[in-house]
Amino acid sequence: MTRSFLPYILVAQRLGIAFVTLIIVSFAVFFATAMLPGDVAEILLGQAATPEAVAGLREAMGLDEPALSRFVHWLLGLAQGDMGTSYVNNIEVAELIGGRLLNSLRLAAVVTLVSVPVALTLGICAAMWRGSIFDRLVSLLTIFVVSVPEFMVATLAVLVFAVWLGWLPALSYGVELDSWSAMLRAYAMPVISLSLVVSAQMIRMSRAAVIETINTPYVEMALLKGASLSRMVLRHALPNALGPIANAVALSLSYLVGGVIIVETIFNYPGVAKLMVDAVSTRDLPLIQSCAMIFCVSYLSLITLADLIAILSNPRLR
Amino acid sequence: MADTVSHTLSEDKAPEGPKFVFNWVGRIGLAVIVFWAIVAIAGPFLAPHPPGEIVDWDYFGPVTSEFWMGTDYLGRDIFSRIIMGARYTVGIALAAVTLACTIGVLLGMIAAVAGGWFDMILSRLLDAFNGIPSLLFGLVVVAAVGSSIPILIMTLTAIYMPGSYRFARALAVNINTMDFVTVARARGEATPYLILREIFPNILGPVLADLGLRFVFIVLVLSGLSFLGLGVQPPNADWGALVRENIEGLSLGAPAVVFPSIAIASLTISVNMFIDNLPTLIRDRSE
Repeated sequence: MTRSFLPYILVAQRLGIAFVTLIIVSFAVFFATAMLPGDVAEILLGQAATPEAVAGLREAMGLDEPALSRFVHWLLGLAQGDMGTSYVNNIEVAELIGGRLLNSLRLAAVVTLVSVPVALTLGICAAMWRGSIFDRLVSLLTIFVVSVPEFMVATLAVLVFAVWLGWLPALSYGVELDSWSAMLRAYAMPVISLSLVVSAQMIRMSRAAVIETINTPYVEMALLKGASLSRMVLRHALPNALGPIANAVALSLSYLVGGVIIVETIFNYPGVAKLMVDAVSTRDLPLIQSCAMIFCVSYLSLITLADLIAILSNPRLR
Repeated sequence: MADTVSHTLSEDKAPEGPKFVFNWVGRIGLAVIVFWAIVAIAGPFLAPHPPGEIVDWDYFGPVTSEFWMGTDYLGRDIFSRIIMGARYTVGIALAAVTLACTIGVLLGMIAAVAGGWFDMILSRLLDAFNGIPSLLFGLVVVAAVGSSIPILIMTLTAIYMPGSYRFARALAVNINTMDFVTVARARGEATPYLILREIFPNILGPVLADLGLRFVFIVLVLSGLSFLGLGVQPPNADWGALVRENIEGLSLGAPAVVFPSIAIASLTISVNMFIDNLPTLIRDRSE
């Protein structure tokens, strides 16, 4: 086995682990929702149902089959894009999710576009002027954002931008998106809150990545031979920190998954997370399962992507 | 044996001064943690009004001399409700983190000492659990079995146990290769002895620091769940539920939203401050 193959083997290994993880995760999601609550048919028909009606529905839904075969059916269906039918209103789950998913992806994309450049700039600058007032201020703020719940960041954002400054509507309940400015205003609060949550992580991690490279002897050498601070960081340290930084970006973006659940609920944003929280209150299991799988898949892909970047950007493996 | 080794280690790390020195940031953090612990224990004696009783007909009332933190959306005293909420937030999080770390650390040490198939299968399985976003896991479980305090504790334990396992296993694997463990094994000591007397004392410091950070994560997820209405159920309320109940008062800038948020932030930030400023002697003993 030559060294040049090593990264590919590691990548294949990592993808294999991701696949196995996905199977186990879907197993967990299916059994947490489908096994525990007892009888779905009874829940659906309500208290007044006759035993015959319950038995009939059980048979029609295939609930009499062993759990394992139902799991395999469900997983195969999911792989082919068949997400089942909602219990509550008999609409195809895929249809319910479709538009909502687009909304959530749009939110995630805008947040990524806003937070990545801002966070990287702040993180690299903080690392460059380590120990300065600016660095301490940034560190303090990011520690604050990281250690409070997401809903508090959103609440604070509302308090500052809507209540005190009065720039934006507090909670965009049922705003009609008929004009540019209306849409901008409806998007602004969710985007601001989510960006804050995601960037805090990203700033901390990219700062740490750059500092780690600055501490290496070759960067010290650059400083000793007379390179300026910005040249030392941007020209000498940054290229080698790019891998860890990209890794940090992907990892931080996985915080979107948790953050989006809270933020969509607070701002009543019509995305998948809001759909799922609503489905939890109506106990619409197929809808919950599908939404949960969407989140798990995005979370897993981001984590796997982070690991792949770390593997591929490590020149020692080439 | 383990004692003498840890003794020489501690002499290497901290050649002068007393053993545990906290700087002032760590002390402030510790003070706030102790404060909330006392509030959680002595809650009913401290609350000036019954937490569930409507004491003021003016909802979202301002801060007055009678209602120190204003009143909530029904006119209940926020100060008393925050004091009682401390019991739920601190109590549930503490129970969950204790369970998670006990199980995780025990399994981690066993896996490190046993090795082989047991280690591999357990590690893969628990790593897969880490692939589920924590808030989502809570959502799914609550959707399936409903929300009650034992279920919340078990769910939070299940979410944070794998991380604790991974952490303890990594530390224990390092210790397991050290000479004093080899000597003990050669002496013919049984596996339980190795785990409890040789390995455990040497990973205790970092494990406790990890427990503190995990406590913060659990408080955050618990508050998040309660905020979504899936955590502690009314009429009881932890701090996350208090924020949710009064979120309508946000546009009025009501103190009923602000103070529970401050309570959560003060707890999580002070635990972070305390852990970040632990003497390196405790934190990095294994390195």
